[in-house]
Order: sequence, then structure tokens, then C-alpha cells
Amino acid sequence: MEFSELIRTGRAEALLLPGPGQSPVRGTLCITSHHLLLSAGHGSPSDLWLLLRNVDAVEKRAAGNSGTITLKCKDLNVLQLEIEGLEETLDIAGSIEALSSLESVTTSYPFFYRPQSLKLGDAEDLHPPDHFYQQVALETNGWRLSTVNRDFYVCASYPTALVVPRGIGDEVLARSARFRQGGRFPVLCYYHSINGTVMLRSSQPLQGANRRRCAEDEELLKAALAQGGGRGLVLDTRSAQAVKQARITGGGTEAKAAYPGWKRLHRPLERGRPLQDSFVRLVEACTDPSLSMDRWLSRLDGCRWLTHVKEALTTACLAAQGMDREGVCILVHGAEGTDATLLVTSLTQLILDPKCRTLRGFQSLLEREWIQAGHPFQQRCAHSAYAQGRPKHEAPIFLLFLDCVWQLSRQFPLSLEFGEGMLLALFEHAYASPFGTFLCNSEKERYLCEVKTKTHSLWSSLNQSKERKRLCNPIYSPNPLALWPSVEPQSLQLWAGLFLRWTRPPEPAQEAWEQLWKIVTEKEVADPL
Amino acid sequence: MEHIRTTKVEQVKLLDRFSTSNKSLTGTLYLTATHLLFIDALQKETWILHHHIAAVEKLALTTSGCPLVIQCKNFRIVHFIVPRERDCHDIYNSLLQLSRQAKYEDLYAFSYNPKQNESERVQGWQLIDLAEEYRRMGVPNLNWQLSDANRDYKICETYPRDLYVPRIVSKPIIVGSSKFRSKGRFPVLSYYHQDKEAAICRCSQPLSGFSARCLEDEHMLQAISKANPSNRYMYVMDTRPKLNAMANRAAGKGYENEDNYSNIRFQFVGIENIHVMRSSLQKLLEVNGTKGLSMSDFFSGLESSGWLRHIKAVLDAAIFLAKAIVVESASVLVHCSDGWDRTSQVCSLGALLLDSYYRTIKGFMVLIEKDWISFGHKFSDRCGHLDGDPKEVSPVFTQFLECVWHLTEQFPQAFEYNEAFLLQIHEHVHSCQFGNFLGNCQKEREDLKLKEKTYSLWPFLLDDQEKYLNPFYSPNSQKFTVLEPNTVPFNFKFWRNMYHQFDRTMHPRQSVLKLIMNMNDQNKHLEKEIKELESKIKHQKNRQSDTILTKESLRSVHPDSPALKPSLCFKKEQILLPVNDAIRTIEGSNTADNRYSEYAEEFSKTEPAVVNLEYGVARMTC
Repeated sequence: MEFSELIRTGRAEALLLPGPGQSPVRGTLCITSHHLLLSAGHGSPSDLWLLLRNVDAVEKRAAGNSGTITLKCKDLNVLQLEIEGLEETLDIAGSIEALSSLESVTTSYPFFYRPQSLKLGDAEDLHPPDHFYQQVALETNGWRLSTVNRDFYVCASYPTALVVPRGIGDEVLARSARFRQGGRFPVLCYYHSINGTVMLRSSQPLQGANRRRCAEDEELLKAALAQGGGRGLVLDTRSAQAVKQARITGGGTEAKAAYPGWKRLHRPLERGRPLQDSFVRLVEACTDPSLSMDRWLSRLDGCRWLTHVKEALTTACLAAQGMDREGVCILVHGAEGTDATLLVTSLTQLILDPKCRTLRGFQSLLEREWIQAGHPFQQRCAHSAYAQGRPKHEAPIFLLFLDCVWQLSRQFPLSLEFGEGMLLALFEHAYASPFGTFLCNSEKERYLCEVKTKTHSLWSSLNQSKERKRLCNPIYSPNPLALWPSVEPQSLQLWAGLFLRWTRPPEPAQEAWEQLWKIVTEKEVADPL
Repeated sequence: MEHIRTTKVEQVKLLDRFSTSNKSLTGTLYLTATHLLFIDALQKETWILHHHIAAVEKLALTTSGCPLVIQCKNFRIVHFIVPRERDCHDIYNSLLQLSRQAKYEDLYAFSYNPKQNESERVQGWQLIDLAEEYRRMGVPNLNWQLSDANRDYKICETYPRDLYVPRIVSKPIIVGSSKFRSKGRFPVLSYYHQDKEAAICRCSQPLSGFSARCLEDEHMLQAISKANPSNRYMYVMDTRPKLNAMANRAAGKGYENEDNYSNIRFQFVGIENIHVMRSSLQKLLEVNGTKGLSMSDFFSGLESSGWLRHIKAVLDAAIFLAKAIVVESASVLVHCSDGWDRTSQVCSLGALLLDSYYRTIKGFMVLIEKDWISFGHKFSDRCGHLDGDPKEVSPVFTQFLECVWHLTEQFPQAFEYNEAFLLQIHEHVHSCQFGNFLGNCQKEREDLKLKEKTYSLWPFLLDDQEKYLNPFYSPNSQKFTVLEPNTVPFNFKFWRNMYHQFDRTMHPRQSVLKLIMNMNDQNKHLEKEIKELESKIKHQKNRQSDTILTKESLRSVHPDSPALKPSLCFKKEQILLPVNDAIRTIEGSNTADNRYSEYAEEFSKTEPAVVNLEYGVARMTC
């Protein structure tokens, strides 16, 4: 195994300095291929078990014959370790740095993690790829399941099974794919059974400076429109200016003349570097308790995170309103169609579809609209807010989605079956996880790495009954209506449970949550009377 | 009634305050002796008490009519459009008169009649007994006694009659000290901490100027520190910014010179004065009233208003006070300039941190009676009850409530009352419906014979206390004896439910609190029903007749809800927690309430390449 070469010193005496509301732990520190352990002996409850993949940045400081290592984690926690011996300190820091940034997927921890309570492959039937199609087929006959991408040849970032208009043949799809960046031709992602309108997603058309057209692509969208009521809206997640820029490099958007019945709306959403910077600056502000009130407010403003939340929610509400109230079909895309596009399509479904708001339904939404839809998790979540050096492909677009869901849960506290605990768990696992669910960038990569057969699924772990109390919302009551949130600045809040999780002393809010469970379970006991 | 010329105007439009497309409701406007009432086409009623009106403004005539904007002290803002200018002018003039009374006797409280008999009214006023409260704290005792020096308000007009001072202080000392303090407000006891034997005392600034001394005042302070056997030194907290205090020296006032007083530790805590607070809130409300407010403008407005900074300063001062008592067992003397604004804030919040009694519904009433009403916080001046000097108006008490709200947010289990309780108190501080908050001090209240002519708010709140209970309250938790709040800036947020309490579209669509209260309600109800049924079964068994049993039990399955009993002190619009309305009804389940459609319209103006969904008109640029 290559790991042993990377571990220069496996063992040292260390002291974990206490975070707010905690007590220090002194004991033996041990580095294994995937973990950092700090044990005070006798299996004490304060033992530290840290997945090395969770380490975002390592800082070391030497003082005399000992050293301090600061581990900044991807889940935003910050740990400080005092280690005896200067050489040990440097060796351990080096080992952590090397082990936490291994690129290879197949040597990552999920391929070694074998919990006793779970069986390999037991999640395979949990969210089968054609499940969504079967749901749609119950409602309408206008769509079919295409396997044009069965060998990932037409589109590397799409799954093998895709839902397309019934009258459109596979060869049309293949041609349309050639006209779309990365081969992401328009596919159905949500069928609104109340009025039969549909939501599609794709990547940008490769229009280019000379405004190329593609008959098959036009045919495909025309067929989709015919199924969904005749009026369509292309929701481009970029500004009109950005589209112009994209055209120079071969991209573009749907020309009005080429797609009769489709109108266009630009709703620029932040992505990529600026979004990552926004995240980094927010976390910087949240970890600095020395700020004055004015500085804090101005940095909260300056990082623009909540502006991004507001924009994302507004765009999703607009799409949902279009479908639900105005009977319009929606096609969402930006450039690649793997980031802001998925943010909008998944949020829209959460707003409109009560099925997405259950614990299982939400998992299935994530599986379908993020994992199988090809959000490049490995690239986007390679680093969190602390990593030094220039980010390459990192962007917290999934975190932005979770934040928007959290805002919904604040405004509709009874309408989501899952609670804040679920959202926090998803954030952690997206960045560092013993499970294979968020590994790789697409279904194709997962297939090549045999992720589904060699790792455990996060969903099977989360669906165990012992997790219920942490993840579920005790006061959930199914709500058949659409959730129309307020998007006024006064209605949106900083997600303290995530961004201030480690800087605040253990919260009395946690206890209130416990009590809520108690009240509700007592009520259940009292109810049959 | 002589001010009312038009009592009813039809075809009036009520504009949605935040709508960018001037969405409105049409209805009829009625003007009564006490309220302005708007009933829209859907029969929804909007009641506005004249006394709640802070400002009325008539804007320039438009094609659709004459706009009338009314700003209320409970932060409601309504924007009417009256079709005929003449009607608008009449209503405007009437409201100007009705909302600014010149005499106390014209206020609502003097005509308000909740149909209570005389003995209930008298009992209502006796509900809060401050002598009882001091006994609860453990005074009088070995070191503290009740002084009758101010029995006839001779020494200090703005203090209550009953004052508690150190036992060793004689009357000449009191008189001497009061002459050396602004408005005669000499140091007296506000709160006594039994375990630590330490006291919170309050007073106004000394008339020290640049060099003046007063031996009696020095004696007084020494007596306060001697009254605390566990600690020799005491703190003197000047709640003003140092610069303000120094400026006061030029006017012959100022602050204590540490050299002249033995064993005092002097401390400034820097809370700004009433004028700064007034304009800070004004700025905050201006920003938040903007249509189509962006996130960035919201935060920069929040920052530049300084409001949360002031809230933090007040809380920090209270924490300093509580720490001095708990950690050092030291007594603390608190003052500002006159000792009725910042001093009331800091003393009452300090006591709230120290003593869990004040975190109960009854205890909070006592706290307000003691530190605010009895010690002469000038409610009538600060709330502008009468037509007076606008420079005297300031949201000092609102700030106190907001500080309490921040504490309830940080310690969700430590308070018996919930947010609705704080909002309701705020409502009635300004409503002039009850006598409690009228006048500026106890002497004035006695002169007005408020206890004979008006009703007290507290019994009405107690009758309704179900609405104000915090379901998470755990009174027995040891952790919450002394609260130690964390005041790093990220623990402070904008209090939407206060400053936008009537802008329902901004509120969460479902409420956990409502749900739990409803559950508790149901549980109680079910338990009651079980008892009833059990007793009936017993009864029926005796009579050996089952036919009646089935009938009776069927009837009691759907009884009247206990929560529906209308309460007299609530005006119709004040259903803050409509406990019984179907809990799962979702407000804002209509997109029109949320103004998303307006985003589309709005963007069609600013960005050319935008589709307007509603009219199907598209303008493309590419």
C-alpha cells in the first residue's frame, strides 16, 4: 500500500485544545491511512476520530521542543493540536497534508469502509434510474425512456437512462447532443402533474458567433413544447452579456426565430470562482468573533452570500410560478448545465412537488437532480472554505442549494419531513465522507470506479432508524400545496447552524430541539386517547 | 366627535406597501371616535387606533385620487388612496386632531370600558404590588430599610413614594444627596440579590461640575457599599459615553470623581442618548420601508442605522452589571443623566439576567412596574402620548423589549413568555387604552387619578396568558438561574416580527409555536374531555341508561374551542396568534402575495432581453 510511505510518523503524544464549550483532550495521536485518532485511552467518549479527507488546510507552528498543528476542516470545524517533539510535529503535519489531498478515487476511504450494520449494494434499488420515468408514465403517455446514452457515448455527464418526448428518436437525440455543450441535450427533469407543464434542463446550445442552428435540437424542443401545453420559457442562468461572451467561444443560447413558442428570460446566478470567494469571505467573517457590529454587518454584506441565496430562491420561484400559475414549460440552462441549472431545477421541484419534501423523496431528488444529473461533486467539493492556493474547479453550489432549502424550512417549518440535521449531514458528506454517494463527477466515472458495488451508500446509512431523531423534523405534516417563500431581505437569515456551528458555544437551541421532540412524542402518546 | 367631519368614504384603495406595481385593495374607510377602520371587498378589517398614529401625510394628488400615508407607532404603515381630495382632506384633518390629544383626559383609557365592575377594576390595579416584590427580594432586612423621606414627593417628584435605602442612612443624608443629584434623584435600591447580599442601585448624575463635592452624597455611596457585607468596594456605572458625561460637567453636572468617594470603581459603558436612538430607529425604518430592497441595501442600511450596535451596547452594560454582582458580589450603582432612560434599561435587564422570576409572565410585569413605571421612565413623553415636543420621543422602551427578545432567542428555554407577549406589551405602551403607561411618573399618575378612572393592562394579559406561554420553557433547569448571553455581533439579528409585524408576507408561512400551542391546547382539552366522560360514565352507570351516554359523548366530541373565547382587551386586528385557525393553513400560498410576478415585470424594465409572462410580450435583443 502506498499509504505507509506517506506516513512519516504514525504516533505522538498530543493535546487537543478545547473549542467553545468543550474540554481539552490529552492522549496519544495516531495517523492511519484515512484517519487521525486522538485517544485518551480506555475508549473515552471524547476520543477524536477525524477523517483525513475532511482536512482542508494544515497550519503548523513550532515553539521550542513542541509544536502546534491547526487543522481546518471542510465541515468548517477548526482543531488545534499541541504535539510533543518538534520533528514529530513536522512529520505529522506533512503526513496529514499528503494523506488528505490524495487524488485517487479508488484508494479513498469509502472503498475501505465496511460498517457492520450495512450490506454492500443494498442501496441499489433505492433510487433506480427509471423510477422517475415510471412516475411520469403514470400521468402521461407523452414521454419515453431513452437509452441512447447507455454506454455514456452521447453524453459523458448524463446517466444511461433519460426521459425525452415520445415522438423523438434516439438519432435525433444524438444530433441534438452534438449541438449542446458536453452533449447535454434537453431532457425532462420534472413533470407538473397538476397542469401537465414540464421542466427540462440542458447545457447551452453551441450557437457560436455565426449563429449556427440545429434542426434536431429545434425538433426536440418543439416536441417537448407540444407535450407541455405550447408555451415555453428558456430560463438562462447567465446575463445577456455573459451569453454574448459565450457566443464568441462557441456557446450561446436559443435564438427566438429558431424556437417558435419559446421565450427567454435571463436570471444571472453566481457560480464558479466568485461563488467560492463569497463562501470563503463569509466563513472568514463568521470565524472572527473580534469584529465590531459594524464590521460584522459590512462583511456580511460584502461577501454577498445571502444575495446569492436570494437570487437562487427568486429564480426558482419564478420558474415554479411559470409552471404552476401561468402554464408555461421551462427549459433551464446556463453554460455547462451542471451547476446553477441543477440548483434551479431542484429548488423548483421542492417548491412545487410535495413528494420531494419527504425524507425519501428528498434523497431521490438529490440522487436524480444532482448526482445522476452530473454535478461534478469531486471537483466542486475538493476544497472547502479554508484551503490555501488558487481554487481550480471548487464552487459551493451544492451548499448554496442546501442553504436555500434551509431558508424554505425556516419559512415552512412543518412542510419538510427532514430537519436541519439532514442538511448539515449532506454538507459534511458532500465534502468528506466514508460513503461513496458523492464520489466522482458523473455516473460514467462512478461506473468506471465501480463505486456502486465497492462502496456503501450514504442513503442506506441515513435511512437507518437510529438516525431518525437527528435527521427528521418532528413536526412534519404533509402539505399538498406549493411552498411560496418570501424572498425579501428581511425574511432571509444567515444559516447559523452551519456557518456559526463551531464558533458558538453549544447551543441552547439544541436543547430546545430535543424538547420539541419530547413534546411531539408525548403528544403522539396522548393522541390515541 | 367634534373633529370628525366625514365618517365614511367609499372606493378607497389600500396599497400594498412593498408592491412595485402598486397592487391595491379597494374598500370602505370608516372613521370612529377611537379607530380608523378599513374594510376591503373581502370583508377583511384593518383597525387603526388613533393613538397609534405617529404621523399622517397627505401626498400630492394623483390621477387615481389623493394619497394618504399613515405611520403607526407599532410600525404599521398604511397607504390609502382616497378618490376625492375633499374627503382625503377631511380625514387627514380629523386624524391630525384625533392622534394628537392635548389633554390626558381625552385619551382612550379614560373612555375605554371593558365591562368590568368596580371591584374587578380595583383588584386589577392591585395585581402588581411592589412592596410585595421587595419582600420577595428580601428587603427590608438588616442592611436595607424602607424610607418614608419621599412620602409626599417632597424630595424627588419623579421617584415613587416608597424607596429603599441603606439602614445607616439618615434623612439629612438623603436630603443632602438628593440636592447634589440631577432632578433630586438620589441613589436608591432597585434590586437586591439575596445570595450575594449585593444590590443594584440607581440614581441620576451628580451635580459635580468641575470640582463640586457633596459630603452627604459621598456618605450615601459609602453606606451602599457598607450595606454589602461581602464586598468593600462598589461599582459606579455611568451608562453614557465618556464624552457626553464630560460635556455635562460644563453645565454643572457630570460624574463621580473617584478621589472623592472611597472604595468606588467607576466605569463608563457608552450607551448613546435618546436623540441618537430616535434617529437610529428612523434610519432603520426608512431602509426597511424601501420597495424592492436588495440584500446589500438591507445590510448596509442595518449597519449605517447603528441600531443593532446600540442594542448590543445596552445588553453589554447589563452583562457587566450582572457579572459584578455574581462574580464579585459587588454592589453596583447605575446612572445616566437623569436616570430614567438608560438607567432603567440597564437595571431592569441586569435584574432579568440575575433573577429567573423576571422571566415569568407575572415577574416581567413586576419588573416593568418597578424599574420603568415606578422609577419614572417618562412613558408619555417618550411615546408621544400627547401632542408635545417631538424631541422627547425616543424608542428607549422598545429597545428594552428588543434586548429581551434577543435573550429569548439565545435562551429559548429560559423564558415563560414568548415573543407575542413582548409585542402585545409594546402595542399597549402606545395604545393609551390602559392607565399603566400614561403620565411620566407616579406623582403625575396619582394626580390624574388613573387608578380610579382607567383600567390596568396586566390582568387582561394574565387572562390571556395561554397566548403568551413559551412551550419550550423549562423553569427547573439549573442552567438558567443566571443568564450569560454571548454578545458577539453574529448573535444579533433584525427583529422582523416587531418592525414588520403587520407585513405578513414577510413572515414565515407556518409557525412552530402555533403548532405546539395548539397541541398543548388539544392535549388539555382531551384530558378535560376524558375526565368529563369518566364522570359521565360514573353518573350514567348509576342511572343504568346507555342511550343518553351515546348522545352526550357524541356532542362533546366537537366542543367549542376553549381558545376562541374573545378577550376584551384585544381589538379585532390584534389576533397575533389565532390559535384556533387551522394550523396548517398556509399564508402566502398565493404567488400574488409574494410579488414574484413583479420581479418579472421589474426585470422587463431593467433588462431588455426579458419575457413578460403575463402579457406574452417579448422583447429580444439578440
